[in-house]
Amino acid sequence: MNPETLIPKLGVVTKITKETPDVKTFQVVGPDGKKPFIHIPGQCAMLSIPGVGEALFSITSSPTNNDYLEFSIKKCGCVTEWLHSMEEGQQITIRGPYGNGFPVDTDFKGKDLLVIAGGIGLAPVRSVINYCRDKKRENPDAYGTIEIVYGSRSKDDLVKYQEIIDEWEQDPNVKVHLTIDREQEGWTGHVGFVPNYVKELNPDLSKTVIMCGPPVMIKFTLAGLKELGFKETQVYTTMELRMKCAIGKCGRCNIGNKYVCKDGPVFRFDQLDELPNEY
Amino acid sequence: MLKISLDKLDALFAAIAEKEALYIPTDKAGQPQFARYEEGMKMTNALNTVKSAKDFFFPQTETLVKFKMSGKSIEIIDPRTEHEDFVVFGVRACDVRSFSILDKVFLVNPVDSYYENRRKHGTIVSMACTRPAETCFCHSFGIDAADPEGDAVCWKTEDALYITAKTEKGDALIEKIRPLLEECGDEAVEAQKEATKKILDKLPLHNFTTEKYNGEVLLKAFNSDKWASLSEACLGCGTCTFVCPTCQCYDIREFDTGHGVQRFRCWDSCMYSDFTMMAAGQPRLTQKERFRQRFMHKLVYFPANNGGEYGCVGCGRCLSKCPISMNIVKVAKAVEGDL
Amino acid sequence: MQGMMLNRAKELLGNGTVNRVLGWQAGEFVYDITPAIFESAEELDANFVYNAFCGNNLSKYLIKETLKDGKVLVFLKPCDTYSFNQLLTEHRIDREKVYVIGIPCDGKTSGEVLKSKGMTGITGIREEGEEFVVETIYGDEKIAKADALEERCLTCKSKKHVAYDELIGEDGEVLDSHRFDMVAQLEAMTPDERFAFWRSQLSKCIRCNACRNVCPACSCEKCVFDNPNSGISQKAAADSFEENMFHIIRAFHVAGRCTDCGECSRVCPQNIPLHLLNRKFIKDINELYGDYQAGAEVGTRAPLTNFTKGDVEPSIVYHREGK
Repeated sequence: MNPETLIPKLGVVTKITKETPDVKTFQVVGPDGKKPFIHIPGQCAMLSIPGVGEALFSITSSPTNNDYLEFSIKKCGCVTEWLHSMEEGQQITIRGPYGNGFPVDTDFKGKDLLVIAGGIGLAPVRSVINYCRDKKRENPDAYGTIEIVYGSRSKDDLVKYQEIIDEWEQDPNVKVHLTIDREQEGWTGHVGFVPNYVKELNPDLSKTVIMCGPPVMIKFTLAGLKELGFKETQVYTTMELRMKCAIGKCGRCNIGNKYVCKDGPVFRFDQLDELPNEY
Repeated sequence: MLKISLDKLDALFAAIAEKEALYIPTDKAGQPQFARYEEGMKMTNALNTVKSAKDFFFPQTETLVKFKMSGKSIEIIDPRTEHEDFVVFGVRACDVRSFSILDKVFLVNPVDSYYENRRKHGTIVSMACTRPAETCFCHSFGIDAADPEGDAVCWKTEDALYITAKTEKGDALIEKIRPLLEECGDEAVEAQKEATKKILDKLPLHNFTTEKYNGEVLLKAFNSDKWASLSEACLGCGTCTFVCPTCQCYDIREFDTGHGVQRFRCWDSCMYSDFTMMAAGQPRLTQKERFRQRFMHKLVYFPANNGGEYGCVGCGRCLSKCPISMNIVKVAKAVEGDL
Repeated sequence: MQGMMLNRAKELLGNGTVNRVLGWQAGEFVYDITPAIFESAEELDANFVYNAFCGNNLSKYLIKETLKDGKVLVFLKPCDTYSFNQLLTEHRIDREKVYVIGIPCDGKTSGEVLKSKGMTGITGIREEGEEFVVETIYGDEKIAKADALEERCLTCKSKKHVAYDELIGEDGEVLDSHRFDMVAQLEAMTPDERFAFWRSQLSKCIRCNACRNVCPACSCEKCVFDNPNSGISQKAAADSFEENMFHIIRAFHVAGRCTDCGECSRVCPQNIPLHLLNRKFIKDINELYGDYQAGAEVGTRAPLTNFTKGDVEPSIVYHREGK
């Protein structure tokens, strides 16, 4: 019988890191201790705990990480609550990778990148950031500049904060702008919402924009970018809808003639314009 | 062309059933439905079964995978086994076409091995229609009710059943029952086709067409102001979806058997409010959006992705069965004005 | 009748008594009638219909309609008025926002009933005295009206309107309907026979939820079967007994509130006689607590939601046949 993608593989959660009060990062390997599969930044995987359920998560580690996959997961439903309550060494099931991923080796090649993220929206774009950083270290022409605008409700809600200050901010190829919604003791950085901050920063119009965050952030940031003169063809985002099969068959992530799980989750905004506004 | 006298139909069924599992449309608990053949079982006189034949390849529920849990460990059990060979006898032209539509979903990469397994082992024997109903409009999709597709095709006349093979599987089946059949000319079949064609021309939906619908009109159709009134009385039940031979959306769920976890899939309906519900919100808030999704998928999204083929075969089940009598014909006619 | 209803609807819309009309709209064929909202005289003239195929009970739509602004005119057949009262009793409808016109009913037929009598290719229907002449592409066929009725109409419980603001036509009487005869037959079966009967019927269920969604007594905001946190939410049967569970739980939940409007059986695509489950409850309630008709009056306390010292304890005190 042919292999069946709906039958998952075993995974082992080898390390769990608490990022924020409601986000944890999980390192997953196969039972043989190796990375379960190879992926493209922006792609997703179905993780499950049998008896609790299965859900789709974006892979937050870079493909250049050869040792394991990483998932940064916010607690917001049955499956995520279970994942948050489990201990290291727990086996889970995993299947994937699913989706199209970001065009890191085509459209993004040689471009100045502007990555905009809000809250847990950092999870999918962190894969892009680390992939591009690694590739640029090997070949300085691989990408132009990498500029990051990342915001969250508070300092405690910034996902991967330690990595941001220890690695990204130290990387000469990367410029990081952090912001939080409200003033907070011990925070000396920028305060304010992401859409306004992006406008204040007035980024160069030649940049390719990669955006992920809550719908309200996306909406206002996109409007701001357009005001500045950015075209929709320059802006990429990644979407999330309810999914079950992750292979474009079960029907629930259908928007127009696209399936978010298979044709997405990465879309350019001009592509979204051609679809019904049902997401 | 081969034939068998109608009074020997029982012998024909028995001969097939002896070799492999045979399913025929029969009246069971007052309802025409496909059932596994048992001695003495008669074919229904109804035009078609209420539940379509898609069940044979895409059953209402099926186990995908099983798990055993102990401590921090999980055992994954692949429940798939090679399906038994089976014959579905008496499938109407509309339902036969529905299989090729389902193929376009389940047999494209990544192939759904559960569906493929059943498809590989199933032989379809179709049956030409002679008394189509007012709800029939298969001709709108280029289907000929008088001359169906299938591995083998049958025509039933007053006194005989005529049969011919169209594929290798059909040949193999006929080989098994060859001693019961006698060689004959195709005059009776041709005469029946002519007579049925005349009836088809008289059907009230004879001129119904969906040809204005394609991927080009996606946003126009989506933004039509007709959806609100069309969906006004919709109950949000799944009748249209579940009697439809081409609806293929499914849900994946699991339950604890007491000895482990069984993950299964089951038919689902975009008409249900929880279809797109997620922890983060609900993209289709009211019945209007859910209702629109079903018809947009059949008339616009599916043809946009499949070379113009619609997700409908004109079987007319939704026309007969919708509790509020709202259906794809009414929808297509109403929205057409806005394209 | 249709003409009188149409004129009155236009009058009430015109003088501002109501803002919209809830009625029935003609379809593609003679029988495929859809419940519809009409907001103008033009819309009414174009599509409003009332005939032998207008079986849909419109009362449940009033839950949604009375949440909107303005007043809605609704046409209710006698049996629909029972559902209306029951919904008022359960505070699901705002009475102030509804103008009810009671309309007479001679019993309804349906495309499904005609087809079950072997008719197909139906293109029209004429009434000739006590007969329907059904026009089909295969020629005309005659059927006595009484033979073309839906099951629920053959055992019609009442031609009397129990709620209305005005009536068109004469009011009728509560009827002696023999509607419990089939229940009595089931009761007379051995447990094995009865189990076999229900298994053969309920195993046809495809879990489309049409019975639940059409039922005026099923008006929960979130059904227990749709609530993933309920532990019994399901879309498919995990084993062959679960479809029975769905229908049995539903019958229990509407017990004492079901007015026996028969919509569940009308809409079932698999023709499962679901009304028999509800009628069994009604019959038992009548026998245990005295005759009670849900929806006959507004605000009554149903036997199952009321405790009196005289109540029987079915399992302890009461024995059938007085033992």
